[in-house]
Amino acid sequence: MSTMAVDDVAVAPVNEGFWTRTRKAGLVLTALGLLAVLLFTALASSEPARFTLSEDASGAALKINGTVGAALFGAVALAAGVAILAGLPTRWFTLVLGVGLVGFVVSFLCWQVSTAPAGQNFMPLVNIVRGTFILALPLIFGALAGVLCERSGVVNVAIEGQLLMGAFSGALFGSLSGNLWVGLIAAAIGGTFISLLLAVFAIRYLVDQVVMGIVLNLLAVGITGFLYERLMQPDPAKYNSAPRFSDWEIPLLSEIPVLGPALFAGNIFLYLGLLLVLVIHIGLFRTRWGLRTRSVGEHPTAADTLGVRVLRLRYRNVLLAGAVAGIGGASYTLALFSFTKNMIGGKGFIALAALIFGRWSPTGALLAALFFGFADQLATYLSAINSAIPSQFLAMLPYLATILAVAGLVGRVRAPAADGKPYIKG
Amino acid sequence: MTNTGSGSPDKEPATADQAARMALDNTERAEPTSQQPPERPALGRLFVENLWAANTLTVTVLSLLLAMVVGGILMIVSDPDVLGTYSYFTARPGDALNASWTLVSEAYTNLFKGAILDPDAVGLTAALSPISETLTYTAPLVFTGLSVALAFRGGLFNIGAQGQATMGVIAAGLAGFLLPLPAGLHLLVAVFAGALGGAVWGFIPGILKARTGAHEVINTIMLNYVAAYFLVWLIVQNGVQDPNRSDAISRPLDASAQFPRLFGDNLRVHAGIILAVLVTWAVAWLLNRSTLGFELRAVGSNPAASRTAGISVTRTYVLIMVFAGALAGLGGSQMVLGTTAAALTPLVVAQVGFDGILVALLGRVKPWGVLLAALLFGALQAGGNRMQSYSGVSLELVTVLQALIVIFIAAPALVKAIFQLRAARAARPQTSLAKGW
Repeated sequence: MSTMAVDDVAVAPVNEGFWTRTRKAGLVLTALGLLAVLLFTALASSEPARFTLSEDASGAALKINGTVGAALFGAVALAAGVAILAGLPTRWFTLVLGVGLVGFVVSFLCWQVSTAPAGQNFMPLVNIVRGTFILALPLIFGALAGVLCERSGVVNVAIEGQLLMGAFSGALFGSLSGNLWVGLIAAAIGGTFISLLLAVFAIRYLVDQVVMGIVLNLLAVGITGFLYERLMQPDPAKYNSAPRFSDWEIPLLSEIPVLGPALFAGNIFLYLGLLLVLVIHIGLFRTRWGLRTRSVGEHPTAADTLGVRVLRLRYRNVLLAGAVAGIGGASYTLALFSFTKNMIGGKGFIALAALIFGRWSPTGALLAALFFGFADQLATYLSAINSAIPSQFLAMLPYLATILAVAGLVGRVRAPAADGKPYIKG
Repeated sequence: MTNTGSGSPDKEPATADQAARMALDNTERAEPTSQQPPERPALGRLFVENLWAANTLTVTVLSLLLAMVVGGILMIVSDPDVLGTYSYFTARPGDALNASWTLVSEAYTNLFKGAILDPDAVGLTAALSPISETLTYTAPLVFTGLSVALAFRGGLFNIGAQGQATMGVIAAGLAGFLLPLPAGLHLLVAVFAGALGGAVWGFIPGILKARTGAHEVINTIMLNYVAAYFLVWLIVQNGVQDPNRSDAISRPLDASAQFPRLFGDNLRVHAGIILAVLVTWAVAWLLNRSTLGFELRAVGSNPAASRTAGISVTRTYVLIMVFAGALAGLGGSQMVLGTTAAALTPLVVAQVGFDGILVALLGRVKPWGVLLAALLFGALQAGGNRMQSYSGVSLELVTVLQALIVIFIAAPALVKAIFQLRAARAARPQTSLAKGW
């Protein structure tokens, strides 16, 4: 811990010559653009690709000839890539990169939608946007739990277990009490229980945090699976029939086309998730608590010297993270499905990926979670229209993207300096 | 740490915690593992004292005990009938205690009978059946446990044993039903293919770690899922899927590609367990007797010092992950080359990779320790099956027990505090490899 200054020197950017990270990103985007212009355009049919602004084929729609659309948006991606390669001012980089990536995706969609079987060559945008948010929801909560933990220097690999425990106790106590709010609080406590174990063993007993996270995931799978088979399976009416939050429509806002019905007619978890992103973002970067959390995560010794109680702050943040993830788990059992064994099914690890891909920041995690949710939703949509693209490969996308991000091929990700290192006072 | 930063790990500076870890490892290695007291007058007293000291064996046994206590509590609270007797506990405590004792003792008796020996069994086959089941479950865990342990000793945390096992089972499975080879050679090729599949999947995080400093924990977690989806995709492809089935299952493996059974057709134990023992010996030799093993342990203890001493840390990291991947691949291949399954399905590798992490920790990341730990886990698995069918206690309890054992093992200070153990010198397992991302 005393050598962190040396570490920082080692990570300091070196002169990379012509192939800077920006240029590499530009090169990748150019390649994607070329792929779109050449391959997608060639494969697209001249049928129109319709993007309807509703939940089905009816209503107003954005319509474009498949071949033309694939070529046009592919050209946008290509142009953006070339612009970055040519040496764009840095302040435009993110915007142009975003435009380029969106162009690539739309080009891909034009190809896919136009070649769909007759009568199915439309894409209901409301469904897609809503599905993206629903699928991203546990990821958002999970990634926020990760942000809270890791920003204060405790690696949280137990997100999966926290989500699962939250989902389980939400379902169990929601059913027993018949009360939504009891279920929600129980879910938060369930997640906190796993967090408490993580905190005690990582902070008090100095157990390796990654090891502890992995073991806690297995423990959560075991306990919830065991109690599910002993209680919920024999008597689902008593133990596994939690009430569900209904959708709340926000007046006015829900009238906005596409975004309105998709975003402002959701359940409490959607609003809560988005609100939490905002709260944690402001908290982390604008409040005293946030400054202390970040300093404990980067340089606990310095923070301690200045009078911050490192271990207490870490305990508090890890427990808070468990509550957040627990509520995320309840977004399944108190809104969508009844509890089933291992129902989180790896979402906790995608949330971890979203956390890393979003560079340990709340807003980054939100965007990454939405991207992963979109990939997930797209996989469902494509298999519904019998696409030639296997849905499994789309499902791999979040994981592959994270590997590329960590390997430094897409920008650079850097964890908080003291993340995963136990702090021993003295 | 600079692990997530750019640049090769060969350029990393030393850190204080690595130095501390090296010092820790050195003291541990100096400790004799056996707690045999020296020849002194009060031999008996010394023995008892050592028995109740927080040495490795005592902590392990007490952890198992604690885990079973927690497991028993879980059984009681999840049984409405037994729980009902607690409502009048103050009036007639005997009822509650009796009911609880019956429930828990019966379940654990069945666990024992299913794992080791059933005294009521008639005939040799029935008597050997529990041991055969235990060994069948043990075999793949030995390999995945060794995979994780080997990487640990080199300072890397291989969470990717699951993905490597998946790639191993894919390669072994494909070799098993696509290649028309004579018996004997076919098995050899299939085993080799399994190791190769895992090695490739281990090479990726290894080279990424060595070249870009990308943290192997993140990459191996991600690769686990990539491998799982790849398996799901592959099974339903033409030429792989069983033409007679509509669900996701591959063609069955040829009999020539499967391990021979050891004790006749009625017992499931197969030659894979012999291979497991041989590989354990080989890994022990590699770690403790070979140049590569020395370099591996040196890099694991202190990369900076190793670099100064002229060891290529980059090369060692890649080699560690390739070897770890090959071991995990072997573990995965056991699932189709043994008697567990005869074809690829989406869940064919079960949890062997994740269980391997627990086995490695329980085995104190030492090869022969891993073998014993795998034996314990295999026994729990085999006994759990009987517990489920005879006592109606869900198999998931085994997962809980396994996780709890490792939690207690990982925090010997907690076990020590609960049982008021005397401090022993060799108590701390080598699991404190905390490096962060």
